[in-house]
Amino acid sequence: MDNQPYLDSFIAALLCLDKDTAKSLVDDMMKTVDPITITNQLVVPALEFVGDCWEKGTVALSQVYMSGRICESLIDEILPPGNPLRTDQPPIGIAVLLDHHVLGKRVVYSALRASGFELIDLGQGLTARELVGLVRKHQVKILLISVLMLPSALHVKEITRQLKPEGVKIVVGGAPFRLDKNLYKEVDADATGDNAGIAVEVVNRYVGEYYATI
Amino acid sequence: MPQYSAMQRVVAALSHEEADRVPVILPLTLHGAKEMGLSIKDYFSKAEHVVEGQIRLMQKYHSDAYIGFLHAPLEIAAFGGEVIYVEDGPPNSGEPFLRKHDDILSMQVPDVQTNPHLRITLDAITQLKAIATDQIPIVGVVMSPFSLPVMQMGFDKYLDLIYDHRDLFWKLMEKNIEFCRAWTDAQLAAGATAIVYFDPVSSPTIIPPELYLETGFRVAQRIIPQTKGAVITHMASGRCLPILDDLIQTGTAGIGVSAEEDIAEIKGRCRGKVTLFGNLNAIEMRNWDAQTMEHKVRQLIQKAGSGGGFILMDNHGELPWQISDDTIYAIVAAVHKWGQYPIETPEQRFG
Ligand code: B12
Repeated sequence: MDNQPYLDSFIAALLCLDKDTAKSLVDDMMKTVDPITITNQLVVPALEFVGDCWEKGTVALSQVYMSGRICESLIDEILPPGNPLRTDQPPIGIAVLLDHHVLGKRVVYSALRASGFELIDLGQGLTARELVGLVRKHQVKILLISVLMLPSALHVKEITRQLKPEGVKIVVGGAPFRLDKNLYKEVDADATGDNAGIAVEVVNRYVGEYYATI
Repeated sequence: MPQYSAMQRVVAALSHEEADRVPVILPLTLHGAKEMGLSIKDYFSKAEHVVEGQIRLMQKYHSDAYIGFLHAPLEIAAFGGEVIYVEDGPPNSGEPFLRKHDDILSMQVPDVQTNPHLRITLDAITQLKAIATDQIPIVGVVMSPFSLPVMQMGFDKYLDLIYDHRDLFWKLMEKNIEFCRAWTDAQLAAGATAIVYFDPVSSPTIIPPELYLETGFRVAQRIIPQTKGAVITHMASGRCLPILDDLIQTGTAGIGVSAEEDIAEIKGRCRGKVTLFGNLNAIEMRNWDAQTMEHKVRQLIQKAGSGGGFILMDNHGELPWQISDDTIYAIVAAVHKWGQYPIETPEQRFG
């Protein structure tokens, strides 16, 4: 079926924070397709589109944040946590290193959950040592790190040094990584993403790679 | 050619005139601690430290202004909130102190003259003024009433407040406006030459232009025209193009420009009206060598320098702790080399 008209209306609804219209579009699609199709063909492309627009400067962060929250709650209704249809995945963790600014983490968390993933929220204001400990404890295989301050971004190196040899994939993001495109390489992270949409793309790829190697 | 003081150079730029060269303001807030061998926390604990730090930095780099700003979370400390210090970067605000909506109603506005945290800034500005006389401008800084709540209550809760509880949002704005007015007046009275009004939440990077018109714009209209001194609106590296005309309408004398936007385009629309500050990428420059810096500075001056109305700075209004002395020297050297008026345009160079 051609979902483009749904997608266009869904994006328009998200950008004006119109949860009711967004919900009725999802309900409508539910009559003909399963929740996973809705996630993959409606929610993920919509969030990627919104993220892209933010980078281009045509959409604001508040719209990215609200879109993520709307999608997260819609998907939670049709695909509750623990539903066997949810994406089969290794443990994925998300944390804010050193900083106490949680909005970046919140936005990425919502986008990933709305895309069918489950995430372990490892917290914020964590030192490198604490974060490494938590990753080992929860056997996290894909670690998402959000920061806002440059020094915090530079401290990511202490984490990559310890966890990469253990096979953990490390994805970083937040303002410093957006403003300096080479910074993620400087701290030896595997990948970065300028917006939450890209976080979904990268996690999808690493989940695929993970199952290909075990 | 007459000998210009830093003050004359900056005033010329703000009056859209060409002085001897493009002014360069180095927003060094943390580096004073390095100069004095103090921890960042210790450095910010006394006005005397900040003054001595600013003097040493001035002797070293000859910036066109003293910075009378310590850090943004200082305002949070004044409200009784927590500040978290680190060894290698700016202090941050800790756990937000407005935990529930009712806390807004009971929030007390600090008295700017007697609050011990704000006093450090005011004393530093007063002492800097005695040294600077009328030769060197002193930059004062306030958080806009509209951007301060991110630190007061947390970003997600604040966005929820703006979208879902507009009445309560305005109650918070009333209190923050009262504080911001008093804080701005006090810094100007202590000797600040101009006030940088940090307002990144108004940036289209953070909220859509329609929402800005209903919120941040109306707040700015209640601060900027009343201020008895020049106000420079700074988006802290957020974008401004989609709201440029509205920003100009607030009566702002200057705009801090993001590295993500084309300063030539902004200059085209602001020429003769509003002075631009910017826009070297403060995060990226950590890894620029002298040659790269020279190239970037030269390009920037050619795009925005002619006709005055331009002060060279970074895109954020603060150079990170990780920026080396050599990088700072390279900025200054490049401005001295390529910023002499009249500016050589690319056409002249190739033509
Ligand atoms: C708004 C703003 C402010 C506001 C509110 C800040 C806040 N959140 O607390 C105010 C005016 C209060 C402020 C103050 C300060 N700020 Co400020 N501020 C900004 C601005 C414009 C936006 C920051 C923000 O919160 N964005 C919202 C978040 C959600 O965006 P984000 O982190 O980019 O996240 C998105 C993506 O990056 C991505 N993402 C995020 N995490 C992750 C994780 C993964 C794995 C992936 C894939 C993607 C991803 O998805 C998100 C959405 O799509 C930025 C500059 C900019 N252009 O971004 C500077 C910026 C963050 N500020 C900065 C600084 C230094 C400060 C101060 C320390 C200044 C000072 N000396 O006092 C203070 C400290 C504030 C505090 N809380 O203690 C610097 C930090 C870098 C540095 N130099 O160290 C920045 C980057 C400016 C710059 N260009 O240098 N600031």
